[in-house]
Amino acid sequence: MTPTQRIFAAVVAVLLMLFVINAIRRRRLEIQYAILWLIVAVGIAVLATWYDLLVTLTHFIGAVLPTTTLFLFGILFLVLINIQFSMRISQLQTRLRLLTQEHALLVQKLARHQSEEKDDSPQ
Amino acid sequence: MSDVLVIIPAYNEGERLAAVLQSIRDLGRDWDLLVVDDGSSDRTAQIAADTGAFVVSHTYNLGYGAALQTGYKFAASHGYRFVVQMDADGQHLPEETIKLLDPVQADEADVVIGSRFLDGGGGYPVPLLRKVGIGLFGGLAGLLSGATISDATSGFYAVNRKVIVLFASDVFPADYPDADVRLMLHKLKLRVRELPTTMKPGPPDKSMHGGLRSLWYVVKMMISLLIVWITRFTPPVDKEGSA
Repeated sequence: MTPTQRIFAAVVAVLLMLFVINAIRRRRLEIQYAILWLIVAVGIAVLATWYDLLVTLTHFIGAVLPTTTLFLFGILFLVLINIQFSMRISQLQTRLRLLTQEHALLVQKLARHQSEEKDDSPQ
Repeated sequence: MSDVLVIIPAYNEGERLAAVLQSIRDLGRDWDLLVVDDGSSDRTAQIAADTGAFVVSHTYNLGYGAALQTGYKFAASHGYRFVVQMDADGQHLPEETIKLLDPVQADEADVVIGSRFLDGGGGYPVPLLRKVGIGLFGGLAGLLSGATISDATSGFYAVNRKVIVLFASDVFPADYPDADVRLMLHKLKLRVRELPTTMKPGPPDKSMHGGLRSLWYVVKMMISLLIVWITRFTPPVDKEGSA
């Protein structure tokens, strides 16, 4: 890995970390996602400084070029996080449907009670 | 309070709905009527309320299946023993509700479904492509369940308390209940019967299976059928008890 590449990767890692920390500070990111992205940032930083680890990983998965390893893990990570997000969205959608149904039923109940009260009250 | 609730999910049905509600009232039964207004932007809710029907309104459009389920949740929590579900656009004939409900009230079936394709049923000529689609789902649902299903996409149902509680629970495929519901009913070994009914043509602009959407619908239903097929269902517990 050339020094330029290392510097670039380190800068990306630091920027990502700053971005995530800022998002947490401004309450725009929940801790569970913050942790995930912080791990990603740390991962990039580690691979940028510890080249031997990348080479070992490359041999381990049977790839020829270290860049292949980077891309492979990058894509794998993106696929996994997308599945996770789909699951999360499905869950949120279900909860939103349940809440909307429950809300509609409660509004109807309330309206009925109110009109019954009105009928019962002395004129 | 009656022990029968007629559930009518409605989305921007306007005056058509008033006619449907009136013709159900004209049957002279003491049934309660519930219109689930699925986030309509027109006067659907007001029109329904003016006829004296119960109205439950979603804050925004959740889709047909969810609206239907809201109706079943209402029925479950208010202790209704029987439910008739029908369309708001006048496609189902109100006088045929009695025919569907009779076997359920006589405890000969848990669910009775109106079918266009049985002898004696019918109505408007169904376009060939749609007929093929309906046959395909019915065939597949039938193959997976071992039952004979003539009209898998019918939305004209009469059900008893057991099924009310089932449809109100989270096992109901509220995304788009259709042939997958039929498969679920058979998997739970409920007594399902189809009876011939007539279906009038719906308003041309409102067909749910028209255009490009039909392809998406076919894919969705196939996957939904397979999901129901591999899912293990346990009947939900009736917390309210019957009225």
